[in-house]
Amino acid sequence: MTAPLLESSGLHLRFGAVRALDGVAIDIWPGEVVAIVGESGSGKSTLLRVLAGQIDADAGSVLYRDTDGVTQDIPALSEAGRRSLMRSEWGFVHQNARDGLRMGISAGGNIGERLMSAGGRHYGRIRAEAADWMARVEMDPDRIDETPRNFSGGMQQRLQIARCLVTQPRLVFMDEPTGGLDVSVQAKLLDLIRGLVAKLGLAVLFVTHDIAAARLLAHRIVVMRHGRIVEEGLADRVLDDPQHEYTQLLVASVLAA
Amino acid sequence: MSAVLKVEELAKGFTLHLQGGLGFQVLRDEQLVVNAGECVALTGPSGAGKSTLMRCLQGNYGADSGRIMLAHRGGMVDLAAADARLVREIRRETLGYVSQFLRVIPRVSARDVVAEPLLARGMAPDEAEARATALLTRLNLPPRLHGLPPATFSGGEQQRVNLARGFAPDYPILLLDEPTASLDAANRDVVIGLIHEAKSRGAALVGIFHDIEVRDRVADRTHEILALEEAA
Amino acid sequence: MNAIPPLNRPDAAYNFAYLDEATKRMIRRAILKALAIPGHQIPFGAREMPLPYGWGTGGIQVTAAILGPRDVLKVIDQGADDTTNAVSIRRFFARVADVQTTTRTADASIIQTRHRIPERALTEGQVMVFQVPMPEPLFKLEPRLAETRRLHALGDYSLAQVKLYEDIAKQGESGSSYAHPVMVGGRYLMSPSPIPGFDNPKLHNSPAIMLFGAGREKKIYAVPPYTTVESLDFDDHPFKPVRAPQRCTACGSTTSYLDEIIADDQGGRMFVCSDTDHCAENQGI
Repeated sequence: MTAPLLESSGLHLRFGAVRALDGVAIDIWPGEVVAIVGESGSGKSTLLRVLAGQIDADAGSVLYRDTDGVTQDIPALSEAGRRSLMRSEWGFVHQNARDGLRMGISAGGNIGERLMSAGGRHYGRIRAEAADWMARVEMDPDRIDETPRNFSGGMQQRLQIARCLVTQPRLVFMDEPTGGLDVSVQAKLLDLIRGLVAKLGLAVLFVTHDIAAARLLAHRIVVMRHGRIVEEGLADRVLDDPQHEYTQLLVASVLAA
Repeated sequence: MSAVLKVEELAKGFTLHLQGGLGFQVLRDEQLVVNAGECVALTGPSGAGKSTLMRCLQGNYGADSGRIMLAHRGGMVDLAAADARLVREIRRETLGYVSQFLRVIPRVSARDVVAEPLLARGMAPDEAEARATALLTRLNLPPRLHGLPPATFSGGEQQRVNLARGFAPDYPILLLDEPTASLDAANRDVVIGLIHEAKSRGAALVGIFHDIEVRDRVADRTHEILALEEAA
Repeated sequence: MNAIPPLNRPDAAYNFAYLDEATKRMIRRAILKALAIPGHQIPFGAREMPLPYGWGTGGIQVTAAILGPRDVLKVIDQGADDTTNAVSIRRFFARVADVQTTTRTADASIIQTRHRIPERALTEGQVMVFQVPMPEPLFKLEPRLAETRRLHALGDYSLAQVKLYEDIAKQGESGSSYAHPVMVGGRYLMSPSPIPGFDNPKLHNSPAIMLFGAGREKKIYAVPPYTTVESLDFDDHPFKPVRAPQRCTACGSTTSYLDEIIADDQGGRMFVCSDTDHCAENQGI
């Protein structure tokens, strides 16, 4: 636990005239839950995608220390290498379940795919593990043969999470995992994520514009604006003692519960 | 007697960017030394900065300048300069905090709320659960409530869950913000007993006690915070 | 007036085996590359042929490219030598290439096929040419062809495994009785063309050369002799070649792949060998 899992620095990325990332540096340590907050267009989702190796920055480094202690240079990694990380040591939970699930494949197949791509060739064990994970994300395992289309938005997100966690990743990226859900559904989902993350000791990097979600889940908060990190630190300190004007605005905009 | 908490030249102010950059200073050149086995009560007029100092000591507020030296893992570390990970480690192992209000987490039972810091310190689950149950029982929380989430509890019941959580691990340093505010006499005595036990095992305590009787029974000395004039 | 030569006589108006030499050379290059990378699909410039897509244009071009004057050609359709498609392709080559044709598996040097592999074990020196409607085994699972190419490049076939999972979850057994995907040489996932799963094991370590031509999709792929070809399955649901549990009404075989035939207007049915040559051989005809 003496080195970060993911280390990045000097990240720059322009989309035409827009500076999506303007000199960003961020580290994530094992077991650490980091929230990136900011408004739409602040560059937070772009940062997530760059760190996850889904898009390349114009400049900057992203280094990941894998299970064997080998440092992987993410931008220089082959697509095969990136995909292999993404289906073993990493997970990605998308805001839109359609981006993270195969909508025509059963719940069991969706969860099982990660096991099969990791070499699982025993139908019975794959199915048992998929059912177990459905239970762990509080879904009814009897619905294992139903396709995601039959599930509500909140259940689809649970399925996505189960699909990610079944191979026991070390680092999970989440892009607005509760976005677009009803408030009561959001609360339950956040609570589920909180419990799983604590139990599994996962490192999580998640993007949200929901300050309450950040407070509930995150150990550390990174505030982004116009492609820059304007403030970062201990989650409760950033929220209770915000220094930057923009952070104060964000915190002040939250309705007190 | 060894100092386990030393506040040196601590300054803390606030700049309200949304109020046109209005700034005011709350703490300046604050000094405080607390020894092991000692309980220090913060005093001073309302609004003078007792709570601000408590929050700085907990790491919840950042210091503008100065040091907050804590005995942690066999050495002294400066909380004011610690990064987020170190603050979390200090809070896990060294520094306990009982706030006035419980931050309720949905669907987590009172017993699990209390056991959580024990598990984080590596205690076995059944041992942590037993200890949580014992403390909640000692604080007179009815057993039927132990397994329920505290969201629907009364203020006094929530406060007792909070106290149990703060006293469950034997933190070397414990911060108490109005620990008896919403308690009846019987439970107040239980808390006073817990504070005495903590002192006798060598813990250093810093508290804000509006209840003078409680303060007199637990505090070895007081530390007065004086209001600074508002800086424009 | 010039007399039109009979259809099954050589017609000197055509280049040998119909295609021009440059085209044959292009196709041979694709075949050589396909043999060098077993199971990998090689694009080729498929030509218009004098028959519609779906009638075996890919297979015919492959056959035309490898055919020599001393070859003996056999053509089967669903195992039979005497169906329309088989007969017309055989006649076509008899006319444009002047090669000997046969219905005997043992005598053939090249066997063009649609949907079957003969029952009689193939030998070194024989070449099977398969007519392939859809060469991409991931086609139904991943509609983006660029993505399927990427998955082949990365050797990521979990999607095909997921399909098997779904089949078993829904039907209790892996459902693809035709075109059941195979791993070739432990590297590439390949569609064996719509042969019954029963024939899949015949591809494994076969002494013959297996060539696959898809005319409409313009792809050629191959399995060289003595190459491992393993049907995708699960450890606890191993791949099982299935045949109707009957005996052939004509020859009595209990091991050959059978066709079910409605025998009369009363719904009476019988089972006969799909491989007509094999059946005849068993009967001593």
